[in-house]
Amino acid sequence: MNSSEPVITLEGVWTCYGDSVIHKDLHLRVDKGEVLGVVGGSGSGKTTLLREILGLQQPSRGKVSLFGVDLADPDEKRQRAVRRRLGVLFQHGALFSALSVYDNIAFSLRELKCLDEEWIRNLVHLKLQMVELEPRHGRLMPAELSGGMVKRVALARALALEPELLLLDEPTSGLDPERSKGFVRLINGLQGELGFTVVMVTHDLETLNGLSGSVAVLADQRIVAKGPVEEVARLDHPYIRNFFRLDTDSALMEEGEY
Amino acid sequence: MKPPYLRFETGQVVLSGEWTLNGLLPVLTEIQSSLSLAAKADHAWDLSAIERLDSAAAALLWQSWGKCWPPVLQLPDGLHPIMERAANLPDVPPPSDPPPISPLEMLGGVVLRFGREITGLLTLYGTLLLDFLHMIRHPGEIPWKEFSANLYKSGTRALPVTALVGFLIGVTLSYLSSLQLKMFGADAFIVNILGIVIIRELGPVLVAVLVAGRSGSAMTAQIGVMRVTEEIDALAAMGISRTQRVILPKVAALALVMPLLVLWISAAALFGGMVAANLQLGLSMGFFVESLPRAVPVANLYIGLGKGLVFGFAIALIACHFGLRVRPNTESLSSYTTVSVVTSITAVIIIDALFAIMTRNLGMPSL
Repeated sequence: MNSSEPVITLEGVWTCYGDSVIHKDLHLRVDKGEVLGVVGGSGSGKTTLLREILGLQQPSRGKVSLFGVDLADPDEKRQRAVRRRLGVLFQHGALFSALSVYDNIAFSLRELKCLDEEWIRNLVHLKLQMVELEPRHGRLMPAELSGGMVKRVALARALALEPELLLLDEPTSGLDPERSKGFVRLINGLQGELGFTVVMVTHDLETLNGLSGSVAVLADQRIVAKGPVEEVARLDHPYIRNFFRLDTDSALMEEGEY
Repeated sequence: MKPPYLRFETGQVVLSGEWTLNGLLPVLTEIQSSLSLAAKADHAWDLSAIERLDSAAAALLWQSWGKCWPPVLQLPDGLHPIMERAANLPDVPPPSDPPPISPLEMLGGVVLRFGREITGLLTLYGTLLLDFLHMIRHPGEIPWKEFSANLYKSGTRALPVTALVGFLIGVTLSYLSSLQLKMFGADAFIVNILGIVIIRELGPVLVAVLVAGRSGSAMTAQIGVMRVTEEIDALAAMGISRTQRVILPKVAALALVMPLLVLWISAAALFGGMVAANLQLGLSMGFFVESLPRAVPVANLYIGLGKGLVFGFAIALIACHFGLRVRPNTESLSSYTTVSVVTSITAVIIIDALFAIMTRNLGMPSL
């Protein structure tokens, strides 16, 4: 694999629902090993963008490629190979509710059909350890987990196939600030250790600052800015000003309180 | 991407290439056999030529080393944390299979479960009764909207399918009976046969089976999903009784609408029978309509309508009961929906048998 080859490229992507245009001639390029946070207001099409990168939804116009493979490529085998190289953490976890935590993580490993049970067991426990859970948690059912644990298990499942690209949809929504910081630390640590590419949709600035990387701002139906957080924060755009100032306000408020 | 490679040199094993899950998969069997060969020979291990190592490969290496560090190992610093992680994994024994269940235990389980379901059904029945009395005393609280929505969903929307099924069954029944009757020259008795069978027996049972499959399953699934998504809890938190707002309208609506559906499907079946008798036996429609009241005492109609009411009540009660039993996972939702439909159809057949015994002296034509 060519190391300079981008992991994700979106070229001239348009998304329309009826008359309303969500994305208008959107371009995005994510390189290998990059940690990118995508921010944008509610309804700006962040999740839609993620679904298009996953191939769950086709853009109305334009091209999406992962690892240099066009997602519109009809070749089943190549598509499956691409899917195997990415892991997703859905906003609400999307754990299989009928399977235990252990089986949830083991699921995609068993799907490969050539791993023996001992290896799978070791791997599942390894992933549980990575997300700071214990082997005994493997026996729990998804309905018995707390919100933070659901996120951890979902992350462990996303990591099961050793992905080169990890897509996170609002990874810290619904977690308290302490846990959310812990989760960001966890992703950061794993990223350093395993070296995967991360694309994360979020609207939590705390998360964004925690993850050392760049930020892409989705506003006015396109990516208006992409770069390191400090650089983007200085740009003069109504949404960016609003987004970053709101946070400084709340930070000031917090400081005043404590 | 370089595939993972394993080379034997004098006294040592050299690993190179990308040791990742994706890279390993195509060459897995060869790699595994050479790994076990190398581990047996007690060689030194050189991992410094590995370009990438992921945790799956690390776990595989650790497993093939017999879960301890080899005596001589060259491990570059970059791979240390990942190997360390695989090595520090506590040795968790595979989960033991649950002990086999003896037949006696199984029987006990079935009996206990049956008892639990009966208790649950009776409790729900009692709650509904109390709610009903409460509604009578406070007519302002009657959930008219839910009631009428359920009437529409399980009644009006069921009209086309019940009419079609009834008509076709009527045609078939009439056709087959008339073949037999023709042999004895008892053509006119087709009216008696069709009238009694359809109005008293077939209409109610047929409609009950259709409604159990159509509305019963929908009720179980709806209440089940409301449990999964905690909507039922949200209602309770607002101080709204789930039985009053969700279950009572369903049960009352189905109990009211079922007799009407029985009437409807019986009419459709009789019409189908009449058409077939006309074609097959040359019996005029006028004669059929005229002799129907004489052949079928009106008590049969009341029995049929009564059955419809009881069946509707039973189906809705069972469907709601199992809906409330659903646990928050997809497997339980599907299994309880199945159980609900199977139980309500069985219950309908049992109630029908009881009806047959209790009404054995009623409604028979006097010859």
